[in-house]
Amino acid sequence: MSEMIAFLAPDPAILKRRAAILADIGDMLPPDALVTEARELVPFETDAFVSYRRLPLAVALPETTEQVAAIVKYCHREGIPVIPRGAGTSLSGGAIPQEDAVVIGLSRLNRIIEVDLPNRCARVQAGVTNISISQAVDADGFFYAPDPSSQLACTIGGNIGMNSGGAHCLKYGVTTNNLLGVRMVLFDGSIVEIGGKALDASGYDLLGLICGSEGQLGIVTEATVRLLAKPEGARPVLFGFPTSEAAGACVSEVIGTGIIPVAIEFMDKPAIEICEAFAHAGYPMDVEALLIVEVEGSEEEMDAMLARIVDIAKRHGVTAIKESQSATEAALIWKGRKSAFGATGRIADYICMDGTVPLGQLSHVLKETSVIVAKYGLRVANVFHAGDGNMHPLILFNANDPEEAHKAELAGNDILKLCVDAGGCLTGEHGVGVEKRDLMTHQYAPADLRQQMDVRSAFDPKWIFNPSKVFPLEGRQKQ
Amino acid sequence: MTTEIARPASEEELAAIVASAGREGEPLEIVGGGTRRGLGRPVQAARTVDLSALSGITAYNPAELVMSARAGTPLSEIEAELDRNGQMLTFEPMDHRLLLGGDGEPTIGGVFAANVSGPRRLSAGAARDSLLGVRFVNGSGEVIKSGGRVMKNVTGLDLVKLLAGSWGTLGVLSEVTFKVLPKPETSATLVVSGLNDAEAAAAMASAMALSVEVSSAAHLPTSVVNRFMGGALGWEPATLLRLEGLEQSVMVRKEKLARAMAAYGDSRLLNAQESATIWREVRDVHPFAADRNKPVWRVSVAPTIGHQLVAALRLRTGVDAYYDWQGGLVWLQMEQDVEDELLRAFISKLGGGHAMLVRASDAVRASVEVFEPQPAALAALSTRIRAQLDPAGILNPGRMTAGPAGSGGADAPVN
Repeated sequence: MSEMIAFLAPDPAILKRRAAILADIGDMLPPDALVTEARELVPFETDAFVSYRRLPLAVALPETTEQVAAIVKYCHREGIPVIPRGAGTSLSGGAIPQEDAVVIGLSRLNRIIEVDLPNRCARVQAGVTNISISQAVDADGFFYAPDPSSQLACTIGGNIGMNSGGAHCLKYGVTTNNLLGVRMVLFDGSIVEIGGKALDASGYDLLGLICGSEGQLGIVTEATVRLLAKPEGARPVLFGFPTSEAAGACVSEVIGTGIIPVAIEFMDKPAIEICEAFAHAGYPMDVEALLIVEVEGSEEEMDAMLARIVDIAKRHGVTAIKESQSATEAALIWKGRKSAFGATGRIADYICMDGTVPLGQLSHVLKETSVIVAKYGLRVANVFHAGDGNMHPLILFNANDPEEAHKAELAGNDILKLCVDAGGCLTGEHGVGVEKRDLMTHQYAPADLRQQMDVRSAFDPKWIFNPSKVFPLEGRQKQ
Repeated sequence: MTTEIARPASEEELAAIVASAGREGEPLEIVGGGTRRGLGRPVQAARTVDLSALSGITAYNPAELVMSARAGTPLSEIEAELDRNGQMLTFEPMDHRLLLGGDGEPTIGGVFAANVSGPRRLSAGAARDSLLGVRFVNGSGEVIKSGGRVMKNVTGLDLVKLLAGSWGTLGVLSEVTFKVLPKPETSATLVVSGLNDAEAAAAMASAMALSVEVSSAAHLPTSVVNRFMGGALGWEPATLLRLEGLEQSVMVRKEKLARAMAAYGDSRLLNAQESATIWREVRDVHPFAADRNKPVWRVSVAPTIGHQLVAALRLRTGVDAYYDWQGGLVWLQMEQDVEDELLRAFISKLGGGHAMLVRASDAVRASVEVFEPQPAALAALSTRIRAQLDPAGILNPGRMTAGPAGSGGADAPVN
């Protein structure tokens, strides 16, 4: 398909010096830690935003922070772009390389360094997967709260890069709210510790700035994350509604009355059909909209909270209520939801939007989304985090039809502009990456963007870190 | 020196004042209600920008759990409006007037500029975690917007967090948008009696490991306990564990918690009203209000380190202390000298953290590092960040650090 989004043109001088650069970097690494063969570079050419692909100059797979630092220092000196990479699950193209760049893959930094239960934190290397943190402390009754749908694969370093959320962040917050500290390599190869086991740190909130910076401020190699005690029990319940509006109004009232369930997920009819066909979760099929509401606590607590939610749902015309009767059923309900993207991928190509809107705008934005997608002659499935207004319309298209693919991108852009115009933002948890880069001017005035770029420059004066991402290529000041 | 006071009534006026000062290289002190003026290092500026006229709630729809207000809006006005709708600021900002004296009105801008949180920070996050969006005027007088009105937002760099806790040295907040939450239906506090500091740390850690969602955990040693609640807690050290939520939840959880804590000591329950009182007093550092001549530190370390730090200090100097945040936030009153070097050496030896000198005379705060000094690489980074947002170094110069090498960024020359 034709590409709507431009990458920075590769620097011919770097391409020309490739052999010398690879030799230099190879010297900084153990054997077998530098990928240079075109065939072996292919797995690194894109991430989960598969429409765009670029083969990098090379992929370095360092085993220590010091090796990362040596490569970064060298690349900064030589003006070579550096693309940090975790598991490559970015939905916005955050990990897509460029031809003149060295990818620093953190997959070999995959150790859990320390679990400190009395202080309720874990110190892990950046390449550790999200799920493995929770697994490591599960038997002790703890977990790590942010749970992006890709948690089986995605790494904590990537989570920090994108400030990842997940279904349960309505109650527990996103990565930035659960991160206590990082060890990080700065542009000049210096290694710094920011934060630690204390709840706050001295000086400016650099940790808050780094979280969600999409690999543009430096490379995080270790993280200290907060652990929480697992709830006694959790119970997801399905609520089916005859209209999306009724479901949306129910969400608003539940939250407005002071009940904050751990998760409120929304699916429209196309999404229900897709997920049910995949997971056989027992979703009701005769409804237009489905809410998965999860409550936590002891049996009595969950009963009490659910009784109130059921009351509210009834006032909004709920037509189907289904409680999970067993852990297996509960797991199936979540399997359906968490595999929504993958299940959609089985029936069509799709692009997934990530705009967030104020809760009061949910119904309006849902309705307008259908109008936009219909205008382009495409289909859409909606599955999203209703409790915090983070929408995920999946626009379905056929990637083998260049015209349709182009329309899907245009529809996606229109939807994101709709979200911004409704008082929301372009991206709630997936990041700007390349995907939404050129829409940034729709959300931010030139001075707002320039101020962000100024701060970026304070961390990375030559803009070597992930340079094709986040900020529109036009309007960047000369570095 | 005489200080000229500017009271902008709009964001445009504020921007014009800062722009002109930026051009002239004229330092400005930024003040909301002035109740935290005694925090940080004393600012040397011939002009003060008073934000109290930049006031008022600008957007609030209770069902969306979000409020926007101009920076100079009194906190009391915001809390009253939230209260009318059964909502609250989850991070429970401390009121510094009791500790520092003064009779101004804390403003919402001041709360976020200093990232002021309270006991519930342990479970619900700090002020910075609730802050969703800001409008601010940078040191060049430009109005900058960051973040927005939505709960989840990863669109671009999070300047919102950067501005929170920057003490007015990166920009002057003009409007803030923040998350609010429904007030808990009820609350209760379990008081475990008789534990020494080390036992209390263990008890709090095991309480936080239970699935009862303890929202705050504090320990009041013998030396301070009688100064809480008008002496109603007696003289036995008290370890406080707060539960909040729906009636049914709190009922179930307090029994479960009490059963688990029986292994540590006798316990009793404070009802919702008593609970509100004690946590307000813990929040506002009630026991150290009496003698304003004694230096007070706010120390943040890993929860299990707090009591070790105090024990180590006690062997060397006279200190009084109590603990919030499961033991990780230590409120420390020194009997005589500030002892900054001793304190920071122990913190470093015990694995790190930071100490902020919260109460001391202007002269003392001008001569010691009020905020924990940062390692050189981070200090340099902070200086570069500040140079980008406030190139002339006119905003609250000297508030965070004395010199260009420090964490708060370079100072402008003061004429």
